Amino acid sequence: MEYSKEVMDRYNNPKNVGSLDDNDKNVGTSIVGAPSCGDVIKLQIRVDEGGKISEARFKTFGCGAAIASSALITEWIHGKDLDEARGIKNQDVAEYLSLPPVKAHCSVLAEEAVSKAIKNYQDKNRG
Amino acid sequence: MTRSIYMDYQATTPCDKRVLEEMLPYFCDHFGNPHSISHAMGAQAKEAVEKARSQVSDLIGAADPKEIIFTSGATESNNLAIQGVAHFYKEKGNRIITSEIEHKCVLEAFQAMEREGFDVIRIPVLKNGIIDLQILEEAVNERTILVSVMTVNNEIGTIQPIDEISEICRKKSALFHTDAAQAVGKIKVDASKVDLMSISGHKIYGPKGVGALYVRLKPRVRLSPIFFGGGQERGMRSGTLPTPLCVGLGRACEIARQEMDSENVRLVELKSYFLKKIFDSLEKVYLNGDTEHGIPGCINLSFDGIEGESIMLGMPEVCVSSGSACTSDSLEPSYVLKAISVREDLAHSSLRIGFGRFTTFEEVEYASSKMIEVVNRLRSMSPLWQ
Repeated sequence: MEYSKEVMDRYNNPKNVGSLDDNDKNVGTSIVGAPSCGDVIKLQIRVDEGGKISEARFKTFGCGAAIASSALITEWIHGKDLDEARGIKNQDVAEYLSLPPVKAHCSVLAEEAVSKAIKNYQDKNRG
Repeated sequence: MTRSIYMDYQATTPCDKRVLEEMLPYFCDHFGNPHSISHAMGAQAKEAVEKARSQVSDLIGAADPKEIIFTSGATESNNLAIQGVAHFYKEKGNRIITSEIEHKCVLEAFQAMEREGFDVIRIPVLKNGIIDLQILEEAVNERTILVSVMTVNNEIGTIQPIDEISEICRKKSALFHTDAAQAVGKIKVDASKVDLMSISGHKIYGPKGVGALYVRLKPRVRLSPIFFGGGQERGMRSGTLPTPLCVGLGRACEIARQEMDSENVRLVELKSYFLKKIFDSLEKVYLNGDTEHGIPGCINLSFDGIEGESIMLGMPEVCVSSGSACTSDSLEPSYVLKAISVREDLAHSSLRIGFGRFTTFEEVEYASSKMIEVVNRLRSMSPLWQ
């Protein structure tokens, strides 16, 4: 698979690899994908008092495109409020990374990971 | 980046320089048409082709060099054998049998025959990749005209019990074809056990674009040709023979025959060293296929918790392949690994590492160290690895 420089940079030196404490009520966690399908993304966000994402972490099982998509989206959501973060679409990720069509599902998974992590944070903090 | 380390010998092999040297005179100097035997130039080319035919014949233990038909490669040989037998013997019977782990060209040829109305049976394999002989025996009946089972699998390297399959076929007078593209030149094969055998040039350090089909003479196996034309190759494969390619295949077979035993000793040592180092350094790495009934140059491993393509990406200088869906255009992982009941996530986690004639100890040392480093790094990033 011939990947762009953007993919290779994030595969070789990904920022934001790691985990946050899921017991912290300011942390939202998502796990999307399935091992049997060949990709799983675990994505976590910490939301500060101002409602902005102050930290984002990921761990990914998958190909280079899956790793790069999850790394990129954690970079992008950092410092954004939840609505802005939800506004990032898989097409933006796919385009920035120049993903080939067969790898488009990796960017879909990254978008889904962000929206589920936000939902998890909101569910935790409801009522 | 360091020089590329080639460890994908099941995909293709480099052409041996001794093979190339033998071929070169037949491009520009001895260029005669081997079928124009009434003049000196044609006769010279014919002689070269016939020498090559004998060299192929000697390697596989054919009774007569005439039993070797030159083709463009194993894909054509497999298609000619399967379509040719099915069409020629269709009055005799309707059933044709193969296994679930054949090369795509065999599976697709069977599918095409199925569309024509043939009764196609696909025999499953056991967890070690060996065909289920009991199911095969039950499937072969009086209406069976062909059984096609590969000698060595291209992904996991397992060797099928050719003698036993042969016996089952002969009891019911079904013809037995074997795709031996991954076997010829690597292990001893015996043409007397089969009726048809496919051979590839570029898997045995010969040129690409040439192969052969062994077609038994006694008792005679008949084929309907796929190509129509001048009736070359006993009417089974029309078309002017590519003299340099035939010469190359012949020389490649000769070298393989002479060096097979010593080469296998070397490859077994490299494989043992590699596996010991990997298993000593990494947990939860699994060998796919059979440890005893496998060719020494093929290693298929699954690395729990990480995906195959991502490993390849971390060591681009090491040329291997993966059974992961992510390295193919489909979204399905390897059907061979599925057939041997490898867990789906582990199929995505697989790498095929192939050693061959030009693999050195230094290369094995470097590739294994690099692989361990990349696997550890990716596992530290994986949500499935705690």
